[in-house]
Amino acid sequence: MMKKSLRNIYLALIFILLYAPIITLMVLSFNASKSRAKWGGFTFKWYIELFQNQAIMESLYLTLLLAFLSAFIATIIGTAACIGINRMKKGPQSIIMGITNIPLLNAEIVTGISFMLMFIAFDISLGFNTVLIGHISFNIPYVILSVMPKVKQTGKSSYEAALDLGATPIYAFWKVILPDILPGILSGFLLSFTMSLDDFIITYFTKGRGINTLSTKIYSEVKKGIKPEMYALSTLLFLSVLILLILVNRLPKAKEKINNK
Amino acid sequence: MKKNKCKKWAALFSCIALTIFSITSCGNKDSSQDSSDSSDLYIYNWAEYIDPEVLTMFEKETGIQVHYDEFETNEIMYPVIEAGAISYDLVCPSDYMIQKMIENDLLAEINFDNIPNFSNIDEAQLTSAKEFDSENKYSVPYCWGTVGILYNTTMVEEAPDSWAVLWDEKYKDNILMQDSVRDAFGITLKYLGYSLNSVTESQLQEAKELLIEQRPLVQGYVVDQVRDKMIGNEAAIGVIYSGEVLYCQQENDDLAYVIPKEGSNVWLDCWVIPKNAQNKENAEAFLNFLCKPEIAVKNFEYITYATPNKAAKELLAEEYQTNPAVFPPESILSKCETFHYLGQEAEELYNSLWKEVRSK
Amino acid sequence: MNKTFFKKYFISGPYLFWMIAFTIIPICLVIYYGLTDKSGTFTLQNIMSITTPEHFKALWLSLLLSLASTVICLLLAYPLAMILKGLSVNKNSFIVFIFILPMWMNFLLRTLAWQTILEKNGVLNTLLEILHLPSLNIINTPYAIIFGMVYNFLPFMVLPIYNVLIKIDDNVIHAAKDLGANSVQTFFKIIFPLSIPGVISGITMVFIPSLTTFVISNLLGGGKIYLIGNIIEQEFTTAYNWHLGSGLSMVLMVFILLNMILTFKFDKGEGGAVL
Repeated sequence: MMKKSLRNIYLALIFILLYAPIITLMVLSFNASKSRAKWGGFTFKWYIELFQNQAIMESLYLTLLLAFLSAFIATIIGTAACIGINRMKKGPQSIIMGITNIPLLNAEIVTGISFMLMFIAFDISLGFNTVLIGHISFNIPYVILSVMPKVKQTGKSSYEAALDLGATPIYAFWKVILPDILPGILSGFLLSFTMSLDDFIITYFTKGRGINTLSTKIYSEVKKGIKPEMYALSTLLFLSVLILLILVNRLPKAKEKINNK
Repeated sequence: MKKNKCKKWAALFSCIALTIFSITSCGNKDSSQDSSDSSDLYIYNWAEYIDPEVLTMFEKETGIQVHYDEFETNEIMYPVIEAGAISYDLVCPSDYMIQKMIENDLLAEINFDNIPNFSNIDEAQLTSAKEFDSENKYSVPYCWGTVGILYNTTMVEEAPDSWAVLWDEKYKDNILMQDSVRDAFGITLKYLGYSLNSVTESQLQEAKELLIEQRPLVQGYVVDQVRDKMIGNEAAIGVIYSGEVLYCQQENDDLAYVIPKEGSNVWLDCWVIPKNAQNKENAEAFLNFLCKPEIAVKNFEYITYATPNKAAKELLAEEYQTNPAVFPPESILSKCETFHYLGQEAEELYNSLWKEVRSK
Repeated sequence: MNKTFFKKYFISGPYLFWMIAFTIIPICLVIYYGLTDKSGTFTLQNIMSITTPEHFKALWLSLLLSLASTVICLLLAYPLAMILKGLSVNKNSFIVFIFILPMWMNFLLRTLAWQTILEKNGVLNTLLEILHLPSLNIINTPYAIIFGMVYNFLPFMVLPIYNVLIKIDDNVIHAAKDLGANSVQTFFKIIFPLSIPGVISGITMVFIPSLTTFVISNLLGGGKIYLIGNIIEQEFTTAYNWHLGSGLSMVLMVFILLNMILTFKFDKGEGGAVL
């Protein structure tokens, strides 16, 4: 009993640690004063102004587009890579996996800088595409890490059996391999999406004129004081993800209930 | 066998297709930048240094789409322009940085025929602009002001009148210092009685020692954050640009501003057009728009930095025109100096000394 | 031979291309910049400059702070992962999401929120004042930075450890208990050794970003604390000396390489343990 309450206190403490800043931000989104340092009364006005603030809406759009595109492309390239790498001999396999780990383990600042140096060296002007390339590059390793274990589990025999039974490779892939590795692909996609959404450093070094994701926009605002609309936006984003998650978690249970009846 | 061959070709194609896709996706941006269809304008300005409504009004009036980015210090802005991977049409650096950009051949001459409203700019400001742009060819003055001390009247014992207060043990952990090389050294050099454009190594070393001595007293090295922190009563004394004073006083009545008796820095931020700008005419149209007195007034009311626009100043409320924090009298200005670009060698010396201070 | 080689591996072709173009070439460029000076001649000076007092001090401080935050993360995360393992299994995904969820609030905003909480007149001190407790003054000190690191990187420690722990077969633990091991012994002889891959990848995923951050120290250190990440960032942005910045980045890479070798040693072939 004692142990259990201790455990609950511990969980609660960690929970507070994780969510205290989030609650702070939510409270700030209702602060009538423009300054972070002063409480000026309760207001909803930032939520209304948010949707009229073109710059913020634009960077929200860009952030989501970037997250989706980079996660999508990274998932395709990464999944294909896993299947190919899995067929390789041990030697090249471990070399490639080693290189794959570089962006993951390397300091973000070094990765960001190295991209910038490369784009400038090859005279590629910085813009949306350079940011996209950056994001895809740091997303692929996450996809590979999520998909690789599943590919390894799948084994070659069932795929080869399908081929022996006359299936075309594409059909065999679609029907045999894909269902097995789908959970890995999905979690790789989600992970990439989240990483891209939250990235600041790589974007900071690869972005061009007029390109601002929410992160870089916030960073440029930090110094003069964040616009309260930004708090409102993050509160909305956070709540929508939360609701989505709760729905996703509730849905299977609800289904079960219906089925049981 | 045949099937295998098909597969091989399919493989080859998909490889090539992906390669081409990725290459073109890099190349894409190049072409889109080259073929900019003259209805865009890329501006690179200090943070919160323009009324967003002014941008919207300009877009409505001209149909030009404005893309707007912000920087925090001159030093952050410079490499972006110099590297050339991003081309802006309008940038707003300060005096000494404009001089550096002119010397390094990064700026385009402005065609003043496109800016008839330029005549609204105060002659006196144009004269001081000659210090860095000797023929007034490259720059259009935008805002000017001083560097001074913002203090909280409830937290200081007596109103400070000297930079010495920044070294006063009494205010340990209550001082906000500027996080920008030239400003930090400029203040210290002035306090020591030297020119803030000093390149004498012994003077700079002396300033460095003083800054190191100050370090334990400083609560934080900040640039624009001074504003929020002073409003929130986080510190008693902060080094601040004069233009922020009105906003701070609006939010917190206890704040007051002083230009120390040793003198200070008077600065002038101007619009310039980089050489690699692709929409030069749009940039000039924007400058002409900004120089309209009513627009300059609107802009002033938002950013509260002193405007060099004479016609606009006359339209301002009396209380602003006579406010010494915004438009300081000649007696104070005569003690102030403008920053000059000191050459690469001196710049490196400043940087390395500043690094020593900051990482002590 | 050639044909089968081609047939077998073509599918990873795009990735191999991508890897060379966007992982290997950029790194080579950093090395190139790091080993040359402004006129393009070979020099070791950029790398050697790590020995100057201000750089060395920043590196030392970074090492110290990131080490501290890694240890704290580990101490916080391990019991947490054990507790989470003990909770019912079908909540699995939900628990993981509890830790990923905060990431949907922007990283900079979250860190900035800590500034609001920890400030002199911030939320925390206001609360303490109401409770008549002495105020806490940690903003703009190294402690605030450690705090920020722990807060931001804790999930990266919890998740890998949790993932390894739930894979441990309960039967192994039962067997140990049946053979007379007490819970302390079971932990040190069975559970902990089995969880080492997770611990190692957790350490990597906390240590490296802490070592190289410049954002956290900027936001919570009040600009008074210069980490090696700040120095590198400054070289690239304000001081405009990319060669020196690249040279210092190479020094950082040495630490990352050491870490990789260590990871590889403990984690043979099982790259999947990272997440």
